[in-house]
Amino acid sequence: MKTTPLAPTLLPAHLIPGAALDTGKTVGKGVNVRHGTLLTLEDINVSFDGFQALTDLTLYIGVGELRCIIGPNGAGKTTLMDVITGKTRPDSGTAYFGEQYDLTTMSEVQIAQAGIGRKFQKPTVFEALSVFENLELAQKANKSVWASLRARLSGEQKERIDEVLQTIRLEASRHRPAGLLSHGQKQFLEIGMLLMQEPHLLLLDEPVAGMTDAETEFTAELFKSLARQHALMVVEHDMGFVGSIADHVSVLHQGRVLAEGSLEQVQNDERVIEVYLGR
Amino acid sequence: MTQALNQTLLARATAKLGPQVSLVLGLLVLAILVAMPLLHLLPAEHTLHISAYSLTLVGKILCYAIVALALDLVWGYAGLLSLGHGLFFALGGYAMGMYLMRQSAGDGLPAFMSFLAWTELPWYWYGTSSFLWAMCLVVLAPGLLALVFGFFAFRSRIKGVYFSIMTQALTFAGMLLFYRNETGFGGNNGFTGFTRILGFDITATGTRAALFLATLVVLLGSLYLGFVLARSKFGRVLTALRDAENRLMFCGYDPRGYKLFIWVLSAVLCGLAGALYVPQVGIINPGEMSPTNSIEAAVWVALGGRGTLLGPLLGAGIVNGMKSWFTVAFPEYWLFALGALFILVTLFLPKGVVGLLRKEPTP
Repeated sequence: MKTTPLAPTLLPAHLIPGAALDTGKTVGKGVNVRHGTLLTLEDINVSFDGFQALTDLTLYIGVGELRCIIGPNGAGKTTLMDVITGKTRPDSGTAYFGEQYDLTTMSEVQIAQAGIGRKFQKPTVFEALSVFENLELAQKANKSVWASLRARLSGEQKERIDEVLQTIRLEASRHRPAGLLSHGQKQFLEIGMLLMQEPHLLLLDEPVAGMTDAETEFTAELFKSLARQHALMVVEHDMGFVGSIADHVSVLHQGRVLAEGSLEQVQNDERVIEVYLGR
Repeated sequence: MTQALNQTLLARATAKLGPQVSLVLGLLVLAILVAMPLLHLLPAEHTLHISAYSLTLVGKILCYAIVALALDLVWGYAGLLSLGHGLFFALGGYAMGMYLMRQSAGDGLPAFMSFLAWTELPWYWYGTSSFLWAMCLVVLAPGLLALVFGFFAFRSRIKGVYFSIMTQALTFAGMLLFYRNETGFGGNNGFTGFTRILGFDITATGTRAALFLATLVVLLGSLYLGFVLARSKFGRVLTALRDAENRLMFCGYDPRGYKLFIWVLSAVLCGLAGALYVPQVGIINPGEMSPTNSIEAAVWVALGGRGTLLGPLLGAGIVNGMKSWFTVAFPEYWLFALGALFILVTLFLPKGVVGLLRKEPTP
C-alpha cells in the first residue's frame, strides 16, 4: 500500500529549475540545496492523543517547484504544514530544509527566518495597520527589538514594497487599513507579505478560498510566475485551480502520501479514485 | 441631499479644525499646569494664589496620568491587559519612601523599626540614605520584578485573561507581603511623617512647586517617549502583535522580546510615578497595591481611549477629577458614579473620550 514518492532527482529537469541552476551552490543566504531538494520530509509520524495524524509520511520538494497537496478532510494537510513550520513537533522522522536546517529542532520564528513563509487558511493580516505597513513589517530585515526601534525605510526597501504592491494589485489601497479590505484583497495582501519575506519555500493553505473567478485566475498566473524563484506548496480543494497551476500533485490520505505525479496521473490512479475522487 | 452635503462639509471642517483645536487646547492645559506651581509661590492673600491642597491634588492626578500612559503602552498598543500596575507604582513609591524615612530619622532607625525593637537595618535598607541609590531602586525594583515576571509569562505564552489574572494575583501577593511587619516596610501603616527631601523642608511651598514641576516633566517625557515609540517600526510591531501574534511569528519576529521590552518600560514608568507621588501625598502604604487600584487604572485608560497617547491622560484626569469632587459632595455615591460612567463609555464610546473628540469624517 505504501507508495514510494518520486525523489526529485527522478523528476524531469524542467520541474526543478533550481536544481539545474544551483547544483552545488546555495540559494540566497544560507540554504544549501546541493541535491536540488529544498524540503526533505522522511518517515514523519505525528499523533495526537492516540490519533495518528501523519504516518510514515515522506515528501520531497525541489527548488523552484510548484507542488499541490490534495486530499480529503482529515488527511493531515494542515498537520503537515504545522510540522514544516515548527508549530507541531513530529514524534519521529526527519525534516530538513535544504541540507543543513533540521526543522524538528527549530522554533517557529527561526524557521520563518530561515526562509519558509506560511499563509493561513483564514486570511490573517494586521488589520489596524495600513496595507503599506503590513508589507513593511513582513519585509526581510533584521527583526530584533533594537533593530525595530531604530529602523528607517531605505529607498530600496520602499521600491521593493511598491513592486509587491503592484504585483498584488493593491497600489490604490496602499494607505487603507488592512481591516477594510475585501476578503480576496486580504488574501492577496497576505501573499504579498509572504513575498516581502523573500522566502525560499511558500506554504499556502487554500489560497483561493472565497475568491471570485477572476481573482482565482489571477492567483494562478501569480503562482506560476512565482514558482521560478520560490518553491511553492499549495494545499487546495479547488480541482480546477490545481489543474491550472500544478506540475506535480501529491495526494494525502489518512496521514500518508497515497499517490504522486501529474494531476492526470493522480486522477487516473485506482486508489485515489477510490478514496477521494469517487466513482 | 443638502443635509448630506452639509454633513460632509461639516465633517470636513471639523476634520480640518480638529488637530488645530486639540493643539490649542493642549497648549492651554500645559500653560495652566506650568503656571500652577508658580501661582502657589504667591503670598496666600493674593487672589491668584493656589492652595497646597489644589496643587497636591493636581500633582497626584499627574502621577496617575503617568500610570495610565504606562498601562496604555502595554494594553492599548501591545494588547497585554495588566491588572497589577499598582504594584509597580507602589514599589517605586516605597523605594522613594525608604529614602524619605531615612531623611526624617537622621542617624537613627526609622521610627517603626524602633517600635518593633529592631536594632539594625535590614540588608535591603543599606544605602537608602543616599538619594542617588534610592533613585536607582525606584527604577530597579519595579523593573527587575517586571523583567522576571514577564520573562516567564511570555516564555510560557501566557496571554489574554490568564495574563490579566496573574498580574492581579501578583499585586495581591505583594500587598499581603507588605502588610506584614516582618517584611520591614512598616506593615499596614506603611511610611509617613516625612520631613525633608534633599535637605529641603518637604512641606515648604518651594519644595511642593518643584515636585509638581518634576512630575510634569516626567509626564511630558513619558508622553514624548510614547510618541516616538508609537511612530517607530517597534510601535507597529506591537500593534501587529496585538492583532495577529501568529502572523507576526511567521513573519520572523520573536514576540517575547517585544513584549518584555514594553512591559519592563511600562513598569519603570509606573515606578517613577510612584516615586513622585509619595513626597507630594506624604504617605505610602500597602493599600496602594490593592487590586482595586490597578483595576481603576484600567478604567482610566478605557475611558480615555486606549491605543492613543492622549486618551489615558484625559481618562486619568476626568475620573480623578470627578472622584475628588464626588468624594467631597456625595461621598457615598462615588462608586456608583464610577460604575455608571464606565458602563456609559463602554456602551456609547467604544473608542473612549478621544474617539468622541476625534470623530473621523465618514467616507
